[in-house]
Amino acid sequence: MHNARPIGTLSRMAETFSPRHALLVRVTHWLTVLSFFALLVTGVEIIISHPRFYWGETGNVNIRPLFTIPIPSSRSSVPTGYGYVLPDQNGWSRYLHFQSAWILLGTGLLYAAFGFFAGHFRRNLLPARADLSPKRFGISILQHLRFERPSAQEAWSYNVLQRLAYLVVIFLCFPLLIWTGLAMSPAFESLVPSSSLLGGHQSARTIHFFVTGFLVAFLLIHLLMIVLAGFRNRMRAMISGRVTQPQERV
Amino acid sequence: MSKLSRRQIITTGLAVTAGVSGLAVAAKLAGRYGLIPPDSGGIYGPGETLTYAAQRVLTRHTLAREFSSGQISKDPFANPVDPLGEEFQRFQSAAFADWRLVVDGMIARPASFSVAELKSFPARTHITMIGCEEGWTYIAEWTGVPLSHILQLVGTLPQARYVVYRSIQPDAWDSIDMAEALHPQTLVSYGMNGGELPAPFGGPLRMRVPRQLGYKNVKYINRLTITDNLKQFGKGLGSGELGAEDGYAWYAGI
Repeated sequence: MHNARPIGTLSRMAETFSPRHALLVRVTHWLTVLSFFALLVTGVEIIISHPRFYWGETGNVNIRPLFTIPIPSSRSSVPTGYGYVLPDQNGWSRYLHFQSAWILLGTGLLYAAFGFFAGHFRRNLLPARADLSPKRFGISILQHLRFERPSAQEAWSYNVLQRLAYLVVIFLCFPLLIWTGLAMSPAFESLVPSSSLLGGHQSARTIHFFVTGFLVAFLLIHLLMIVLAGFRNRMRAMISGRVTQPQERV
Repeated sequence: MSKLSRRQIITTGLAVTAGVSGLAVAAKLAGRYGLIPPDSGGIYGPGETLTYAAQRVLTRHTLAREFSSGQISKDPFANPVDPLGEEFQRFQSAAFADWRLVVDGMIARPASFSVAELKSFPARTHITMIGCEEGWTYIAEWTGVPLSHILQLVGTLPQARYVVYRSIQPDAWDSIDMAEALHPQTLVSYGMNGGELPAPFGGPLRMRVPRQLGYKNVKYINRLTITDNLKQFGKGLGSGELGAEDGYAWYAGI
């Protein structure tokens, strides 16, 4: 794909370089990518040791599950219908899962502090009131459904659906993921017994699974949108902060 | 990239120095207050140390969630163990009358208790959840002697830091720190749901640590060793082939 050529603003750009994404946003973005990937892989490994999900406080092979994932297991005590047992990978998976969770938590707190205090959330993520009118909102949905390439000005700003998607991920998915994760910790539950608010220990585990699924779906759409908008440009904007598109700000 | 200005270099240098010395101070304090787990080495050491240190600071005295009798699981799952040998069967056929819990190490009065003796001590019962690291759970009523009571009887020396517990299964040994050992809900359990503790669930004696995962709740325990150093046990990771030596975290409060 060819990108629009810069329109004679390169010299000005060199003088007053202002990155598309703030350095802190770029660093925390990639730390999140790294820790999310580690959490996802190790999370799948942990599920393999018990690919059954329940609702309520208790769940084990003597209890009818809410649903099962039709994969083989790394434990012979789990009836899967497969005639073999996968190797146990839970030791390192759990170590890496929790280490990554710490990285994700620290990154998230740093990002949230920046978002609130440096005006990043207000400026870049909060949708403009006008964009939330049914008409403007409808136009944005149509543009997405037609897989329209975003306009040049969108290289410098998020559209309304993008803003809402990011807000849901940042303020709903990740907090819920961390909460349901902590609710599965027996020691943390002794400090803040919150799993009953989620429906019980097993419910917390099931919600943890579904929120992860939602985030994976988000990630796939996110990647698709980046490809559609110009992969190289968008990647460059998130790595070095530079954008080779018209510099005219809106 | 633009050239780094002198100010940037100085600021970065100061930040790095402050960061490194901050970490060094934190590590020293953590060591002094017993916030470093035995598996703090290796690439997963930082995360594990953070988890253990944070929970030791926050959850030293907090109580595991207790449930109502209506919430007791009707069909608890007994995780299968390696076949118990002839020795265990001999104990079992004698109704565990000869089973003994030996207590040694850093204590004033080495001792050995029969199951009947343990049952004569003040008991504690709690309805708590046991959760496996695999993800499954059940709720049961557990009855036993608080480990703190046994430690008091044998006179634990002040420098003691860990309780190592061993099983009739040689690979299944594990250990907990003093905070967990003295915790009021930590039991040497011998009863479950109002009856004897069935052998598949760890009878005659099972270490019951409700604030940690199932694998710390070692079945068939027969010896407690109180120590100030886990290095001398096995590979020095704090638990055996069914725990840390198989790559699992020593601290399982998560």
